Amino acid sequence: MQTILSLQNVTHYFGGLRAVYNFNIELPEGALWGLIGPNGAGKTTIFNLITGVYKPTEGKILFEGNDITGLKSHLIIEKGIARTFQNLRIFNELSVLDNIRVARHFRTNYKLNDSILRTKKFFEEEKRIKEEAYELLKIFGLQARMNDLAKHLPYGELRKLEIARALATKPRLLLLDEPAAGMNPKEVGSLMELIHSIRDMFKVTIFLVEHQMRVVMGICERIKVMDFGETIAEGNPDEIRSDKKVIEAYLGSEAGRC
Amino acid sequence: MDKIFNLQQLINGIQLGSIYALIALGYTMVYGIVRLINFAHGDFFMIGAYASYFIILFATMRGYHIPVVLIFLISMGAGAGAAVLANRIAYKPLRYKPRLSALITAIGVSMFIEYIFSALPVIGPSYRSFPNEQFIESKIFTIGTTTISNYAIIDVLVSAALMIFLTYLVKFTRVGMAMRAVSQDKDAAKLMGIDIEKIITITFIVGGAFAGAAGLLTGVSYPRIFPYMGILPGLKAFIAAVLGGIGNIPGAMLGSYIMGISETFATSYRSLLGEGIAFAILILVLLFRPQGLLGETIAEKV
Amino acid sequence: MKINRNLKLLFYCLIFYIIIFLMNRYNIINDYILHIINLSLVYVILTVSLNLINGFTGQFSIGHMGFAAVGAYISGIFTTLIWKINPSNPINYLLFFIALIIGSIAAGIIGFLLGLPTLRLRGDYLAIVTLGFGEIIRTIINNIDYVGGPRGLLGIPKFSNFTIIFIITIISVLVIRNIVFSTHGRAFKSIREDQIASELVGVNTTIYKVYAFTIGAFFAGLAGGLLCHLLQIAHPTQYGFMGTIFVLVMVYAGGMGSITGSIIAAFGLTFMSEGLRLLLKWIDDLTPNFPVGIEWRMVIYAALLIMIMLYRTEGLMGKREFKILIPEEEEK
Repeated sequence: MQTILSLQNVTHYFGGLRAVYNFNIELPEGALWGLIGPNGAGKTTIFNLITGVYKPTEGKILFEGNDITGLKSHLIIEKGIARTFQNLRIFNELSVLDNIRVARHFRTNYKLNDSILRTKKFFEEEKRIKEEAYELLKIFGLQARMNDLAKHLPYGELRKLEIARALATKPRLLLLDEPAAGMNPKEVGSLMELIHSIRDMFKVTIFLVEHQMRVVMGICERIKVMDFGETIAEGNPDEIRSDKKVIEAYLGSEAGRC
Repeated sequence: MDKIFNLQQLINGIQLGSIYALIALGYTMVYGIVRLINFAHGDFFMIGAYASYFIILFATMRGYHIPVVLIFLISMGAGAGAAVLANRIAYKPLRYKPRLSALITAIGVSMFIEYIFSALPVIGPSYRSFPNEQFIESKIFTIGTTTISNYAIIDVLVSAALMIFLTYLVKFTRVGMAMRAVSQDKDAAKLMGIDIEKIITITFIVGGAFAGAAGLLTGVSYPRIFPYMGILPGLKAFIAAVLGGIGNIPGAMLGSYIMGISETFATSYRSLLGEGIAFAILILVLLFRPQGLLGETIAEKV
Repeated sequence: MKINRNLKLLFYCLIFYIIIFLMNRYNIINDYILHIINLSLVYVILTVSLNLINGFTGQFSIGHMGFAAVGAYISGIFTTLIWKINPSNPINYLLFFIALIIGSIAAGIIGFLLGLPTLRLRGDYLAIVTLGFGEIIRTIINNIDYVGGPRGLLGIPKFSNFTIIFIITIISVLVIRNIVFSTHGRAFKSIREDQIASELVGVNTTIYKVYAFTIGAFFAGLAGGLLCHLLQIAHPTQYGFMGTIFVLVMVYAGGMGSITGSIIAAFGLTFMSEGLRLLLKWIDDLTPNFPVGIEWRMVIYAALLIMIMLYRTEGLMGKREFKILIPEEEEK
């Protein structure tokens, strides 16, 4: 099994604050792994480092064997990594359809002069993009609202839209940042099914950050636990569930607090 | 070389810097607390100048003698009043709207003030000569080849006094602490029971008052006033604030003196350069150190 | 037979053109009103081009007239100082177009050069830099005697007439419209909505912001060239901050992100501005003891800007368009 993503001794400082320390991971292709930890542990920072929002102070990040450390974000996306956000970042004033189409922009094959002159190539490409976007929306059940402005969608649908948008970039690695945040139990259930089927349907490796244990324990094959920027445990759900350090990090030392 | 780097120019530069500092402080304080570049700030400066102009004229015509301190207070009051009005009418309603809206509105307020002063027949668009002699008699001191006017000394001393007052206010009073809190985290400050709008109003009052004082000092030292007199000094003071680090009070002071001295030296070398140097400083700062000399970079949370 | 929407649009434009042309021909509309219409059309180009940068791409550019100045002066230099041509010879119109294009390209290049280093700045800072840029351009022009310095470039031949301005305006609006309703337009809009998210779905936001700037600058230069050949003068004060405010109010009044809004606002505000000027002059004549200066016009303008920002930030149209301007392929 090939390693699709490799982080080697990644450390990141924000000024004097150490957000991530010596983070290592060898994520195999096709895996569904989870990253958990108390608030402020550095989980989202890891995602930001992988996707080029920050350049790691130390360490290397390799994607499919290529060094992507410190590359500009849009180039990393082009290479095949996509992500969603902890606090939704949807294009609110654009339609649902356009949200998807923006994610197809870098795979769109016509130039500015084609837009201006409305050449045959323009119409062909636009038709192709629209059809592909429509199909994608159908998978997520959003096709009926494709012309509505995104800001009019309810929260649960926006979360789905963000995942759909990330998938529109045709990634091979999908990073989901708290996909279940704010969802009720029924929605969480269908989300878990959705994530599983995404992995099979789109042939992507999935790495997710989540607080809801039901999701993590339910679908992740392997889990990494962070606290204060460091990895404190790694293993399958059963191992993690009973790991002493993990319990301590979440609930405080068993030796008791006042 | 001696023509440029001489004591006379240095003194002129410090005098200019002192005035810029009073204006720059207002910019930096308001930006620090509401993240707004108050384009109209230079106009509060102008209002202060006109307020003192009319009072002195009135007093002179009627033969009254109004104490110097009172005239200062009137200019400062005029500046503060204008600031509070602008805040209440135009900025407060946009407090939680996109920043660009507030910026454009500030531009509108600035234009409105300038043009209305220009249009009102009582004030009018033309230059007026400021009655500085009636305010304080001028005296010139000479040291070798260098001349210092008592106006210059007054500018530097008054400015320094106000800056000391401000430092005291911000560092050692509860109000000052509240101001610092609000500028760091508005929501947290609110949760601690601080009345945000009151603090913002106070900030505008202090900033406006300083601008008003600067207006009076400018009228005295460079006695030509006109409705658009706030534009260039306002812009340069703003650049000075950016140079020092916008939102940073010591930065505004530092930046202003650098700006004043640079401008004076540049103008003495070639008069056109004086205007250009301000823009040159701005571009250099924004390209190479946008957070300013004493400022800190604020990253956006993803 | 279904009639293509674009054809319908062009047809309406043609009707408009014919009506205005004939009304002027038979003196129902005098030359003064035609002049205002010409002015409005030039402002349409300025407003739509600024809207591309500020409204669609969400940037803070407030030095737009600086680009127009580049276009005006460069094209003016060619027609007035280098080639010294005039409209009496129809072949000279070709040279005029060439001069116009050169001016526009120059403006576009300046936009590109300005955009490259500055577009990574945060909003308010970008505003200040573009403001400074506009003023620097004005100062530079003021100090070049070859183009007349503070007196301005005089004696520019009057190549701009209703027909030429109308056609160029239509083309400009359609070009920008076509860009907006394409993948490039969607890229621009995504930057406006959320630049970080945009970058993280693969849009090269830096380059696209520069594109927006460059295209906007190009069309501003085009408008500048048309303008100076209409007024027969190019003067530094026309292209200063005040000029940009004029256009900015139009963009806001019409709606940040609406081409339709920009067109309506450009016409509306140009006519209103003239109307105000006439009104104030009339009042002034009526009251000889109470001089009413033209400054009152600007006071009203400033008040209008403040009102729009306070009470209707989205302007007339918000981000909506009249149906006829939306390309059919958008809706299928």
